[in-house]
Amino acid sequence: MPILNYIILSIALFSIGIVGVLTRRNAIIIFMCIELMLNAVNLLLVAFSKMHMNTAFKAGDLAGTAGTDGQIFVFFIMVVAAAEVSVGLAIIVMMYRNIHSVDVNFLNRLKQ
Amino acid sequence: MNNALQIVYLIPLLPLLGFLINGLGRNYLSKTLIGLIGSGSILGSLILSIWVFMQVKDGNTFVAEYFNFIAVDKLVIPFALKIDQLSAVFLLIITGVGFLIHVYSASYMHEEKPGHFGRYFAYLNLFVFSMLLLVMGANLVILFIGWEGVGLCSYLLIGYWFKKQEYNKAANKAFIMNRIGDLAFLIAIFWLIARAGTVSFDELFTAVNLAKLSASDITVITLLLFIGATGKSAQIPLYTWLPDAMAGPTPVSALIHAATMVTAGIYMIARSHVLYSMDAAELTRNIITYTGMATALLAATIALKQNDIKKVLAYSTVSQLGFMFVALGTGAYVAAVFHVMTHAFFKALLFLGSGSVIHAMGGEQDIRNMGGLGKKMKITYGTFMVGCIAIAGIPPFSGFFSKDAILLSAFMKSPVLYAVAVFTALLTAFYMFRLLIITFTGKFRGTDEQAHHLHESPMAMTLPLIILAVLSIVGGLVGIPEVIREGGDKLSAFLAPAVSSMPHEHHLSHSDEYLLMGISTGLVLATILAAIMVYRNYQRKEATGFAKVLENKWYVDELYDRIIVQPLHWLGGFLKDIFDLKVVDGLVNGAGRLVNYGSRQLRLLQSGQVGSYVLLMVLSMVLIFAIQFFLRK
Repeated sequence: MPILNYIILSIALFSIGIVGVLTRRNAIIIFMCIELMLNAVNLLLVAFSKMHMNTAFKAGDLAGTAGTDGQIFVFFIMVVAAAEVSVGLAIIVMMYRNIHSVDVNFLNRLKQ
Repeated sequence: MNNALQIVYLIPLLPLLGFLINGLGRNYLSKTLIGLIGSGSILGSLILSIWVFMQVKDGNTFVAEYFNFIAVDKLVIPFALKIDQLSAVFLLIITGVGFLIHVYSASYMHEEKPGHFGRYFAYLNLFVFSMLLLVMGANLVILFIGWEGVGLCSYLLIGYWFKKQEYNKAANKAFIMNRIGDLAFLIAIFWLIARAGTVSFDELFTAVNLAKLSASDITVITLLLFIGATGKSAQIPLYTWLPDAMAGPTPVSALIHAATMVTAGIYMIARSHVLYSMDAAELTRNIITYTGMATALLAATIALKQNDIKKVLAYSTVSQLGFMFVALGTGAYVAAVFHVMTHAFFKALLFLGSGSVIHAMGGEQDIRNMGGLGKKMKITYGTFMVGCIAIAGIPPFSGFFSKDAILLSAFMKSPVLYAVAVFTALLTAFYMFRLLIITFTGKFRGTDEQAHHLHESPMAMTLPLIILAVLSIVGGLVGIPEVIREGGDKLSAFLAPAVSSMPHEHHLSHSDEYLLMGISTGLVLATILAAIMVYRNYQRKEATGFAKVLENKWYVDELYDRIIVQPLHWLGGFLKDIFDLKVVDGLVNGAGRLVNYGSRQLRLLQSGQVGSYVLLMVLSMVLIFAIQFFLRK
């Protein structure tokens, strides 16, 4: 499959994520949109990594180590995302307990 | 050089020690002790000065170097004292007259509080120290230290009674006017260093170093030095401080006018006479002559109508200094030094005499309230009369000889100058005898209380008067003109190795010289008689017309106020109210206000709306990508 397809899919996912973050007010949905953006990036990293590996293999690199760093990044991003989710969800839970809502527009009291 | 002569440094050092002891111990020492230390230190200097004078008379002139005062690159200015005929004469005048004034002061100032009494003597000693340093300095820089020192001390002493705001203003005036002259002097020193590379008299006045100066250099330097002298020696246009300096105690006036301060300018020009005698300095010489003459005439006319006993004397000093500058301008340096000497005697005498009068009158200085004092104060009256005769120039009193030498020199320059000089001398005789007659003869016009209080001053005050009177009578005998007695002009002969007058272009026959003397003496006597006739029955009356202009000193102070002081005040007001408040404060406050305003605007970005933060973040990211995309090569 040509790399372009992956790129288009990633851009689509990422844009959906951005639009979601910008337009929605529900904290959980915003959260999900952020995850969507992270995964769009992950997808792109894996796709490019695979592409590099193929090109290197054809050029004679039989060990097949080229492009693996992209995949390693993906693991890191997953770990960070998992950590972030645990913290973020905790915040959302606390927020709900305090103001009985998960609408981010109620959070503007932070400025005081 | 004789090693024993190295100790000439003691001459200025003794008054300096006196200053330190009296100044630091003024609250602890008794008045008697302060007076003894003050006068004693000057007496020590006087004795040393006499010894030095004897050495110089034997032909021992020398320069004593002590340490390097300034050493920069090739320029080395040592702290050195120069003893020659000129400085020896000045040393005697300063310490001699200074000592008498100190003794007199101890009695005159006796009613002051001990602390102030000590302060007074400390300043007085510092004054003498500065003046001694001035005349002993072997280069212009050391001279300048003394020069500034006398300026400072005059300020301190004129403002001695600092509780009166008026006196403080007089002190400020003296100081500021002096500073104007000092600046010119300083520039002249720098100019000399730049061109000739030395300021030491011995090195400077050699053919090699003088050749380094171009004609325009010499003109400018001599002019600048002269401007310096006009400040210190009270010549037009910087003379107005001297009459105002009367705010100080009377002995201080005597010190300023006779022994120290105002003679500094004369000394400085006489010391650098080599420069002034050069052909290139002819312009300067003419300027000096005419400035001196104008000052002498102007001050003499003002003195005609002054009613303050000290103001009359002050203007008389300005006038006499004008005479000295005429002598300097016409190249008769010896005559100028001679007049400095005789003037020191009779002017100190007159001032101390007026101090005695003021003392007796309980602080009254207005001669309209005096009269008939001669009956009560015989010694003061007698000595004051000697002073008047001496300054008027009647032979054989001292003033005659010195003034005659100046008049002769003026005649050689031009007969018109001579005529003006004689006219000024007549004015001098007139106002001095006006002062004498109004003060000491006729009926007493003061209050009964003052009349009751009238008394002759104590011994410590009359003794200096008597000594000065004797000096005023015989002081002129050191400079008898050659025409009267062969070898009579001992002063010229003595000063010859250090200073000699420029030779006259043409020679005057003996009969002509006698004629000139006869004319001036006859006219002076006639003027004195006229003054006696006019003021014999003095009645107080308001001045009108021209007399009023004279009484108000030609309105020169008002003129200066209008053209210099007020514009400066206006400028100061402008800078304070407009420039400082609007421009400077505007800039400073504006910077603060800008930061304030800017942060208030930036604060609005922090809305607290999570959505808006995110939107901004995304927009900026898009912007960065766009920039990256479009600006890439």
